[in-house]
Amino acid sequence: MGAALHRKRESRPDLREVPDATVHQVTAEDLAKRQREISVSEFFAKNRHLLGFDSPRKALLTTVKEAVDNALDACEEARILPEVEVRIEVAPNGGSRPPASQADRFIVTVADNGPGIVPDQIGRIFAKLLYGSKFHRLRMSRGQQGIGISAAGLYGQLTTGKPVRVISRTGEKKPARYYEVQIDTARNEPRLLVNREHAWDRPHGTQVSIELEGRYQKGRTSVDEYLEQTAVANPHARIVYVNPEGQRTVFERSVGELPPPPREIKPHPYGIELGVLLKMMQDTKSHWLSGFLTSDFSRVSPKVAAEICQRAGLEPTAKPRTIVGEAAERLYRAIQQTKIMNPPTDCLSPIGEKAILAGLYRQIKGDFYTAVTRAPAVYRGNPFVVEVGLAYGSGQAAVAESAVEKEEAVPVAEGEKTEGETPLARVLRFANRVPLLYQPGACCITKAVLETSWRNYGIPQSRGALPQGPLVIFVHMASVWVPFTSESKEAIADYDEIRREIRLALNEAGRRLSAFIRRREHARLEFKRRNIFEAYIQEVAAACRRLKRGRLDEERLRRQLQEIAHRLTGGQKTDALVKGTNETSPPVESTIIVTPEGPRGAVPPPPPAGGGDPAAGAPGKPEERSDGEAAERRGKAGRPR
Amino acid sequence: MAKLQSVEERLVGLADIVVEAARRKRDPEIQIPVRALSNVRFNEKKGIIEMGDATQARTFFNLGMAKKFMQTMLVADALAELQRADCTTSLREIYYRTKHTLRDSTENTFDDQDESDPIIEDLEVTLGALREELHVAAEGRGSIVGNVVLVDDGDVVDCSRAGKSGHTVPSIVEEPDIRIRKCGADFILLIEKATQFNRLSEDKFWKRHNCILITGNGQPPRGVRRLCRRLHDEWKKPVYVLVDNDPWGYYIYSVVKQGSINLAFESERMAIPDAKFLGLSSFDPERHGLPRNVGIKLKDSDVTRAKEILEYPWFRKQEWQKEIRHMLASGLKYELDALANRDFRYLTTDYLPRKLRDRDWLD
Repeated sequence: MGAALHRKRESRPDLREVPDATVHQVTAEDLAKRQREISVSEFFAKNRHLLGFDSPRKALLTTVKEAVDNALDACEEARILPEVEVRIEVAPNGGSRPPASQADRFIVTVADNGPGIVPDQIGRIFAKLLYGSKFHRLRMSRGQQGIGISAAGLYGQLTTGKPVRVISRTGEKKPARYYEVQIDTARNEPRLLVNREHAWDRPHGTQVSIELEGRYQKGRTSVDEYLEQTAVANPHARIVYVNPEGQRTVFERSVGELPPPPREIKPHPYGIELGVLLKMMQDTKSHWLSGFLTSDFSRVSPKVAAEICQRAGLEPTAKPRTIVGEAAERLYRAIQQTKIMNPPTDCLSPIGEKAILAGLYRQIKGDFYTAVTRAPAVYRGNPFVVEVGLAYGSGQAAVAESAVEKEEAVPVAEGEKTEGETPLARVLRFANRVPLLYQPGACCITKAVLETSWRNYGIPQSRGALPQGPLVIFVHMASVWVPFTSESKEAIADYDEIRREIRLALNEAGRRLSAFIRRREHARLEFKRRNIFEAYIQEVAAACRRLKRGRLDEERLRRQLQEIAHRLTGGQKTDALVKGTNETSPPVESTIIVTPEGPRGAVPPPPPAGGGDPAAGAPGKPEERSDGEAAERRGKAGRPR
Repeated sequence: MAKLQSVEERLVGLADIVVEAARRKRDPEIQIPVRALSNVRFNEKKGIIEMGDATQARTFFNLGMAKKFMQTMLVADALAELQRADCTTSLREIYYRTKHTLRDSTENTFDDQDESDPIIEDLEVTLGALREELHVAAEGRGSIVGNVVLVDDGDVVDCSRAGKSGHTVPSIVEEPDIRIRKCGADFILLIEKATQFNRLSEDKFWKRHNCILITGNGQPPRGVRRLCRRLHDEWKKPVYVLVDNDPWGYYIYSVVKQGSINLAFESERMAIPDAKFLGLSSFDPERHGLPRNVGIKLKDSDVTRAKEILEYPWFRKQEWQKEIRHMLASGLKYELDALANRDFRYLTTDYLPRKLRDRDWLD
């Protein structure tokens, strides 16, 4: 690199001398010659970080994410319960395959049981940037811009030179087809290299394979984490994951029905910028301004339209196309000043408290789960819903406490106590059911979690830090348009309305958690108290006997002291508290509490058996089997039933 | 608790408290004198700090105190064991002797020595027994050199022939362990830091000025304080204290002179009300031409401490108020070591001789 730079510097004077040695000024014409169009694809090739391909590790995740988002969107739009299979393989490198942790080239394959894609569209969907069905309409979906999967394909093409390979089948009666597509980066146009019939066992669906440079690493912000979180937020999907080491993980479906389909809505006038308004007025089919306002926007009645026109000083019959410049600005201001009803909110499809509970309960080990779905709210004319879930505890409530203690009964040496090193809570962020793994600091969700006073709910929290303890905080924002801070869709922009909704949801969930913690803390404290006295009585009685040179009935002293302890520490009442659950209060709605006797509350029904026909995903399979599966997933140690 | 009882009997008395309370179905409780500023008073006539009568009940069936109560009984048991075996040990060994896990758990009786040390002090005041009577010795960190002959555990030690680093002062300096056979020195110089002790010892300051040099490396331990007291009492030798010029130095001096707040019950036999503060005074930098830049800025904690000391009844004398206020006004503290700025031997050849000649000290 040093050498290249050096050479470049040397050659510069020559270039300057070419036009005319005596002319120092560069003319406008010279400059004009250098100007040329930049294709979107070329732009991306140089700015891959904008779309989430900044490092090999992140590129692998982004590729999986874009493909899975598309697969789930396609299935849901076609009202099919999603079955998604994700397979990551190490790409063969000159005959030998390096181990997954060393490999730098992978093949990502994602297959779904969606409706498939017609042959015409294959090229443009997978090999043309900014081509999509989701950008131009206001409807809740995972993808928004139509960049994702084609950008992943382009990244693969740039780093390995390999085309995107697609198998798609649109129905049982039609044969599956196999395609290889590439993107012409200069023109941002697809190039179809192969298009032939292909044998495929799925009746319908799409499979995309991208070979790319990447890095596979477990842990935070990994593909594994992304899929695990996707399963939490999409309990209606069954996801099979085969990692580069060949390990197969199945995230079973825990909800047997699809979420209600989101409805498409027209934009609300409050959420429109001046430039967009101008463009809409050029494109509209309406001849009159009032007609444009009522038909192209939601919540604008003829009466409201008339009010806007009057305020702007424009004729309701004016031609929208003629309103430009100062008049357009007046119109824009008039819209902001007019009181307009909030947009309809039935266009949203939140996950729902039941499904969130099911997802958390199935994927995360804990003693307490709760979920809150807020009523829809609006930011800048866009309706949105915030949902929050909490999972709390180490999941050991089921294991008898004494057993745990005995297992690790190694005497503690001086300085070995590591109290106060409790881990911070984990925050799972989601936007339209998609996990957000990067840039937590820039995200509105993180900010809302940080500014919530968790201490009020019995969870320790240092100033300006996340709460501490075995806590998982799930936050989902569903909206027709999620305001991301960047094109790589990693963090939600910080709007006051959004942050407020998140906070309110956290407060509600926090209050439920606090009730649980208080109750359990109380019981634990009583238990500890009793235990402590028991152990101390042993010590004190023995010390007394030794002091008295053995001239003491130690057994009697111990008994007498125990009687006093029993009387002073609540007696029977404590017994009940320590031992049983019969005293604890009834479960709150949308809450699961795990007790030694098993989970109580809104426990999800056992999931439909995985595999097989996805349409037959109705509940009612044998209970025992699925329970066993769940226990296996949720803790290696297992949990006695 | 009757003083006539032996230490062992007094320890066994604690077990009796528990047994008796258990028999009467009461929560056992031990009354422990409070060791804090709130429970000491300055006896102006005697010039020493004395402990008041306030006590605090330590009860067993109270979640906040249960562990301490249990620990108290364990330490009492260990101390009784020492009495019976007639051996002397250290605070740390008591800690190890009493440390074990509680039955069926990983919880320790003591997690570190900071938990057992205060309990031993509690028992000292509760039982009215001195530490050496309890057969517990502090670390013997202190040195003595000069014109004095001791009999240490039967061996005759002439401290004028004990080399440059002198004889180590044991932590128990009572008869019969230590006897002072002869003391020909004129006065005793108690020095805070080993550096200055070494300097004076190397320069044979004690020979030229016929004195005893003794150091305790910081806050002097009981052995050093008690030995000074005995030399003062039994041989009528005046004691001079040489410390850094900072709040800590003032406090060290006051502990030597009036006794400490924490162990006020021992002032009676430890304090030396006639001891004089030789330096470093906050006026010394000016008198001895120390430049401002060898001073150290007072930390916030120093200022707080100095203001506390200003309020102690035993620092109420006019000249002491002036001394401390002058330090606060200058905003600086000075180490003894700073005298080296003038000359390596300034302490030996100029500072101390001038101080002693001018009788430039505080009482």
